[in-house]
Amino acid sequence: MAITRRDSLALGAAALGTASIPIIGAHAAVDDVPTADVKPLEYKIEQGASLHMIRPAKFVDPDEVYWKENTKKFTEKTGVDVKVDFLSWEDLRPQLAVVANTGAGADLFVSFGADAHIYADKLVEMTDLADYLGAKYGGWYELALLYGRKWNTKNWLSIPLGGGTGPVMYRKSWVNEVGYTEIPNDLGKFLDLCQKLQKSGHPFGMSLGHALGDANGFASWLLWTHNAFVADEHGKIALDSKETIAALKYATELQKTMVPGTLTWNDVGNNQAYTAGAIGMTFNGVSLYYSLLKSPDPKLNAVAADTFVQDTPFGESKRKPQSAEPITAMLFKHCKYPNAAKEYIRFMMEKDQYGVWLSSCLGYWCQPLTAYSKMKFWDSDPKLKPFAGALDSPFYNGYKGPVSAASAAVTANYTIVDMFASVVTGSTTPDAAAKQAARAAERYYRRA
Amino acid sequence: MGTTTADVGLQRLTFTRQPDSALTRLFNYKPFLVFLCMLPTIGLLIVFLTYPLGLGLWLSMTDATIGQPGEYIGLENFIYLMEDPIFWMSVTNTIFYTTVATVGKFALGLWLALLLNHHIPFKAFIRAIVLLPWIVPTVLSSIAWWWIYSPQFSIISFVVVDVLHLRDTYINFLGTPWPARWSLIVANIWRGIPFVAITLLAGLQTISPSLYEAALLDGASGWQKFRRITVPLLMPILAVALTLSVLFTFSDFQLVYAITRGGPFNTTHLMATLAFQRAIPGAQLGEGAAIAVSMIPFLIGATLLCFFGVGRRKWQQGEAND
Repeated sequence: MAITRRDSLALGAAALGTASIPIIGAHAAVDDVPTADVKPLEYKIEQGASLHMIRPAKFVDPDEVYWKENTKKFTEKTGVDVKVDFLSWEDLRPQLAVVANTGAGADLFVSFGADAHIYADKLVEMTDLADYLGAKYGGWYELALLYGRKWNTKNWLSIPLGGGTGPVMYRKSWVNEVGYTEIPNDLGKFLDLCQKLQKSGHPFGMSLGHALGDANGFASWLLWTHNAFVADEHGKIALDSKETIAALKYATELQKTMVPGTLTWNDVGNNQAYTAGAIGMTFNGVSLYYSLLKSPDPKLNAVAADTFVQDTPFGESKRKPQSAEPITAMLFKHCKYPNAAKEYIRFMMEKDQYGVWLSSCLGYWCQPLTAYSKMKFWDSDPKLKPFAGALDSPFYNGYKGPVSAASAAVTANYTIVDMFASVVTGSTTPDAAAKQAARAAERYYRRA
Repeated sequence: MGTTTADVGLQRLTFTRQPDSALTRLFNYKPFLVFLCMLPTIGLLIVFLTYPLGLGLWLSMTDATIGQPGEYIGLENFIYLMEDPIFWMSVTNTIFYTTVATVGKFALGLWLALLLNHHIPFKAFIRAIVLLPWIVPTVLSSIAWWWIYSPQFSIISFVVVDVLHLRDTYINFLGTPWPARWSLIVANIWRGIPFVAITLLAGLQTISPSLYEAALLDGASGWQKFRRITVPLLMPILAVALTLSVLFTFSDFQLVYAITRGGPFNTTHLMATLAFQRAIPGAQLGEGAAIAVSMIPFLIGATLLCFFGVGRRKWQQGEAND
């Protein structure tokens, strides 16, 4: 895993570009992560071990650069060669299915959300490692516990590495112009803000089209702010409820204030529209802010300066109605060197490596361990703050039901998104749409 | 068998042949030889056609998901699909899409072929350009169309709104079901015209000019020449082109998946995109396979209709045209 010249140039460029944000040098010790004094855990690495890992491709450059850098450090320290493949997000799940079903290929696989639950019987449990990391770094966040452990047990199927969330991003000047100082938590006022933004020509925009991340996040937000949910604790579908109907009616009013064409957006639709100034407010991950901030175009840097970030409006929800899709590292039973693999993950999660990676990406994959929220870079820019608690949330896709293959399938099939889309366009009544979605969801849940 | 005699001039020569071995006799046995020569083809067909098709059929009768092999559940998947409004919408979409796009492609393609059949300057160059939409990988042209139909950055909207001032707002091509369907059909026609045009042009060039000269002498009008000479002689190749075009359009995937992914709310799904959506991202392999299998009767029906409906000619039975 050599760092090429090109990579080191990119590293340098990344460091220059973030002059306003203190970036910890790649080799400096990380001193802003509080750790508990726990007995060190070290695995006895097998003779002649080598590893192969597949993980999601980068969306921000430092993600890949520092992952490789840390891996190189591991190889230098232990002599274990680690081959890392960065795979585009769409190809990840088919590849994972092949690796799991053939018992060959990658030893370690980093994938999204509930995937570890689908392949539970093919994975090496990571409970010892997770307990060690949790004890040392102030404990795991709620969503990390939920996705990392087998439902209703204390057994860890995978190690959560991080996750991204999508708070409100808005142009401060445009929101001020229509008489708001910040984004209101009350849904009625939020609708009023959206209506005023539309009149002033800087509307809100969020997709209910087939945009896997954005549309599912937005549809979930609509449900949770109305106290509606997909399934109850036992996996019984609870979609067909008066809360869902209320959410559908609210969505219809909200849709009227949006920029035209949001239903055709995929995941980059709102990024493009926001960057071009066609919308004044949207929900998105940190990547949008990052790209504006790091752009060579001073006009976009000005947009970044005018961009403010806040948790999504709470509505009737007690807690931030915003989830995050974590990435988790799975270790397959077919791996010949399980100790080396666990040691590699442990090494990557320790502060000297993880801290550098996390802060260089401006928290793109937000930490699953609470101690990392104390890192100074989170305070260097108030706009990063809403991303810091990404995994500090009780909400997840398929909330409140079990995390399972069924909840993953409902997300992937846009069952909830399509329910909203068919109502906001006036094609179906709220009642019929809720019944149809409940019926489709039941089919996935009956085998879960 | 045994000895053979032959007259060579005055001498009588006698040859003695060894009795044929069993192997030689086997190889001289025609049915066996035929079977042997067909083996490679049969092997290819089994490996690449029968096995995947059989696996698809089997999967459609299981509840397999990505990750779990699944169990045999009979026709449950199909029974569920029968009651699934999204599936039926994809069926009607596919039939509508195929019918309208094919008619469009053939009308415009035939027109283009007739134009190109005339002597025009830079003929070879223009013919090469016409092929472009067909040559460009569909995924690339789909992305181009995706930009053309973008609600914020569309070139068409830009021209209509900002240059010509014919409208106040940008056109929402893909946001509502019917405009989205028509937009996809336009993109499909654009991509399909070259195939039809070039195939029909090849057909036109095989028609002997003497027939037109004879018609001219008989005082036939342009329409009569087209109706009585061009159309009948073009029929065989028209039937083939039509069959292929219908099959391509019916099983189209890339264009729809790249431009709308079946949205808004599944109203532009074709059977192929819905099958993929359910099977791979949705992980319901069995259900996806059932949708794919449901395409087979439609494909066979469409093929038979094209072949026998349009081009019922003796050449199809291996005889010459009269």
